[in-house]
Amino acid sequence: MNIYLQLFLSFFRIGGLTFGGGYSMMPMLQKECVEKFHWCTEGDLMDYYALGQCTPGLIAVNTATFIGNKTKGILGAICAALGVITPSIIIITIIAMFIDGFIDIPAVANAFAGIRIAVCALIVSSIVKLYKGGVKDVPAFIIFAIVTFLSIFTDVSPILVVVGAGVAGFAIKSIGGKK
Amino acid sequence: MNVLFQLAFEFFKTGIFTVGGGLASLPFLYDISDRMGWYTHSELIDMIAIAESTPGPIGANMATFAGYKTAGILGSIVASIALIVGPMILVLIIANFLEKFKENKHVQAVFYGLRPAVAGLITAACYGVMAISLFSPDALAAGDFMGFLNIKACALFAVMLWAVMKFKKHPVVYIAICAILGIIIPF
Repeated sequence: MNIYLQLFLSFFRIGGLTFGGGYSMMPMLQKECVEKFHWCTEGDLMDYYALGQCTPGLIAVNTATFIGNKTKGILGAICAALGVITPSIIIITIIAMFIDGFIDIPAVANAFAGIRIAVCALIVSSIVKLYKGGVKDVPAFIIFAIVTFLSIFTDVSPILVVVGAGVAGFAIKSIGGKK
Repeated sequence: MNVLFQLAFEFFKTGIFTVGGGLASLPFLYDISDRMGWYTHSELIDMIAIAESTPGPIGANMATFAGYKTAGILGSIVASIALIVGPMILVLIIANFLEKFKENKHVQAVFYGLRPAVAGLITAACYGVMAISLFSPDALAAGDFMGFLNIKACALFAVMLWAVMKFKKHPVVYIAICAILGIIIPF
């Protein structure tokens, strides 16, 4: 199949099956981009995701742009980004057109309660992979623990957290490593 | 001025100034509502609920909804594309920079710090989803320790986690199974 179409369709699936915004798309990204099509490595994915946090815009679209660009340049990036938002455009437009109080329908609310549980399990399995890929020594574990603590218990902005972690990495490896 | 052009301009601006994911666009969406009157505040709140519970990036869902309210189907397409154009250009510039400097040891050092941070951010987000789906903080506040854990939900979570780790099926399989179970046995 044409690679551009493949990028579009793959990110269409990711966009159409990601419940709960950018954070919960990680399991889908790992499946489609790393395991199925080998467009990037687990490590690339983490780098893109971190950068997608601190650049303006939607995390999902930014990550899609990075992966599309790595695979097939600017046109690849456009295909991936359009792919990830197209399901939103279709689904939300249909909901807005036809159904008032869509989420108040009992069957729909119950289905979403079930879906959230699946999302929990999927994210936990993603975290295990990310943890194995990114936390390999004690300083890295300390960064992981601090970020997790700050993000759960304080209102500190994720941008600040990511920038702080980057500075910490630089300090530990570039400055500390020379001694 | 043509409403589609205005819509594109407003959402282009929102896209550039939204840093940190879709929900960060909320203050800008309130601002658009106040200045342009395309949708009301209460419509915006409904929009958030729908955007959060339907698939897709939350920001794109909100732009689609606002665009539709303003100018129909064409509006929803214009608003969501306008939202992503600015950030995409920036990301492409960064991506090219990244390819050139990827092997640089200072860049590597920064990523050494970023990778555990990503794992931490997603762990925190996961905690947020779990708090809603598996626990009832209200029950704990009322002193009902048995009611704190949603037993049925926790049991399904444990089974799903085991299945996800063991079978490596496509995520949609688990989502579909849980959606159906959710309808049959409400959690």
